[in-house]
Amino acid sequence: MEICRQDQALEIRELDPFLAELLRQVPESAQPNDSPAAEERLFSAPAAPEEKDLCSEWKVYVVPELRRLFQSATETVRQDLQQLQCTDKPFANCTLRIPLAHTDAWLNALNQARLAIAATYQFSDHELCDHYRSPLGSRRDLSLFQVNFYGFLQEFILREMEGNT
Amino acid sequence: MVTFSMSQLLRKHEAKFAATLVIDFPRATLEAPTIEKEEATKQEIEMPWNVIVHNDPVNLMSYVTMVFQRVFGYPRERAEKHMLEVHNNGRSILWSGVRERAELYVQQLHGYLLLATIEKTV
Repeated sequence: MEICRQDQALEIRELDPFLAELLRQVPESAQPNDSPAAEERLFSAPAAPEEKDLCSEWKVYVVPELRRLFQSATETVRQDLQQLQCTDKPFANCTLRIPLAHTDAWLNALNQARLAIAATYQFSDHELCDHYRSPLGSRRDLSLFQVNFYGFLQEFILREMEGNT
Repeated sequence: MVTFSMSQLLRKHEAKFAATLVIDFPRATLEAPTIEKEEATKQEIEMPWNVIVHNDPVNLMSYVTMVFQRVFGYPRERAEKHMLEVHNNGRSILWSGVRERAELYVQQLHGYLLLATIEKTV
């Protein structure tokens, strides 16, 4: 896999089918679905529980706004991921082009996915720092690899954005 | 509170001529502003609120720094200082001031998926 800046886009070239599949899973992984831990992390409380009024108003007025914001980011990512529908050669490496205008949406969606997965599996600090664990083994190992791979992409996007300013 | 109904007005009008009916307005209720209570509320509103960001092991340090720069307009050095405070001490006070603005900041920080809360200053 190779990542580089190309005009007004970031290009991820030579993306093998395994990593391409992990990227395809970004929008789905960003959904808390049936995980209360993920839901609680993505929509965390704005204050201590004693601030009952603030916390309940937050749920009514702010959380729906946040939900829309997150949904919009994952939708942008989903559209970009259409490029990975390589139907002619399903096992060939492919290229993903992320327009610079979409980098904020990618950062947000990757973060949603990382936080939702980490909350669902309750990874420890030690596990999150273990960047060399093989993704082959359990679903948990694969999810940890997913969190780290998405983090690597976030780092790259951030570096490119910084260079751009 | 004083309320007039049409019948009261008519009765008042009749009383002017007959001079027999006296309408006694409940003045006491008009002169009961609760100034002290209002001052207390004002104090409460003006009491500064802190915007606090809490540590979480998933968000990247570079990402957190970028968010602080964007949301608060802090220069990189200051944003990094706060990020390291969050990382090392578990939390950092990013901003203090009126409640409405503090809430807005927390909303923005949640939009970037940081763990942020507001707290009344002690």
